[in-house]
Amino acid sequence: MTLPQNQSPAEFEYYVNATSIEEACRALGDGTGTILAGGSDLWVQKDEGVKTFGPRLINISRLEELAEISIGNDQVRLGARVTMTDILCNNELGKIAPGLAEAANRFASSQIRNVATIGGNFANASPAADAVIPLLCLDAEIELARLDGNAVATRSIPAVDFFTGPGKSVRAADELITAISFKPRDGKSLARFFKSGPRPALEISIVSLGIVADISDGKLSNVRIALGAVAPIPFRARKTEALIEGQKIDDNLIAAATDYLAEEISPIGDVRGSAWYRRHLARTYLQEALTNVA
Amino acid sequence: MSLKVEIAFKLNGHAVAQEILTSASTLQVLNRDFDLAGAKLACGEGECGACTILVDGVSRNACLMAGVDLDGRDVETVEGLWESNGLDPVQEAFVKSGAVQCGYCTPGMVMQAKYLLKPGKKLSRDEVLRGLEGNVCRCTGYHKIVDAIVAVSGETS
Repeated sequence: MTLPQNQSPAEFEYYVNATSIEEACRALGDGTGTILAGGSDLWVQKDEGVKTFGPRLINISRLEELAEISIGNDQVRLGARVTMTDILCNNELGKIAPGLAEAANRFASSQIRNVATIGGNFANASPAADAVIPLLCLDAEIELARLDGNAVATRSIPAVDFFTGPGKSVRAADELITAISFKPRDGKSLARFFKSGPRPALEISIVSLGIVADISDGKLSNVRIALGAVAPIPFRARKTEALIEGQKIDDNLIAAATDYLAEEISPIGDVRGSAWYRRHLARTYLQEALTNVA
Repeated sequence: MSLKVEIAFKLNGHAVAQEILTSASTLQVLNRDFDLAGAKLACGEGECGACTILVDGVSRNACLMAGVDLDGRDVETVEGLWESNGLDPVQEAFVKSGAVQCGYCTPGMVMQAKYLLKPGKKLSRDEVLRGLEGNVCRCTGYHKIVDAIVAVSGETS
């Protein structure tokens, strides 16, 4: 028995199952590559024909060197192929990056968490990417590799500068995301992640909000606030951060900060939520995060 | 015409090889090339779980997996549960609880249950519900599905 199924619109002319970063970069060299890791975004987009794909399919899903989580005193490094399940199952990460663990916990479904990668969440560059938000709050850096002559050359850029528009980033067509790194924050930090959707699982966030800050004497410092689905790219609320920075958290400040945030963001209204509702959610999440500190 | 490549992998315990289209999903490969209809196409975008299979012991949506990525993997579909011993204990539990209505979601539910169940670990209803987030039953017969998985959990084999 054969089930009738539609032919996929995307066609590939070349396929490689890369066994090293160098091999993957070499295959990407001419800029017409399509990178396959978990496939959870890629195969949907391919079948829906919403994006055009380079004809060279480059499978990085066996690259062990991209699957490592290394946790040092000064730096946490997540290989690009680390999955949401990997993040969720790592107790250490839950302590030093609780916002990231919360985001992984709210990510899609069990089956998708098992394959969806952190690098893919960046590469796909959705304005609503859940795992990106807590990493923006952690001042994460994205490591990109490409072949320069015969050697692999890498560059690092701040995650906040990575995105340029919906589905678009500064990653060049011949570059491979190899890692995401950040400095661990200590236990006294505030680190939260919120997202909303009609049900707890498998929802594209209507709004997501992450906040990270150091707490001392009821004051917050090194405040980072990032939001998903309120702008064409994952958004850092720098003005609201500046308003809160170094201030004593009380009811007046919370009221001012939530008003300020609602002004600072410029969400669209769409089928998932109106602009008014998105502002309302953003205010509510910031209020909840700050009220717990006050 | 898309490029074809030869893949070799373990399917329900048996070594298999097949030439497939690079544009094919794992679900299409299982359905078309291996005549296995257990993993089902419903949404085709990872929302419903009807195509859930185990790959290297981990559950995933066959519709979202590139067929070429099957190469070298150890794949288990619902058909692999049968073999010569009759129904798997999870399938027995589904029958006993009346957890099968139209049956379309059942192979996916059963395979996700196989992933959730660990020998000797009793699962709570909440743990089962959480684990089934990615599986939709449009007959909405969730209670009996959860009953079945809770009942069979905690067994040692």
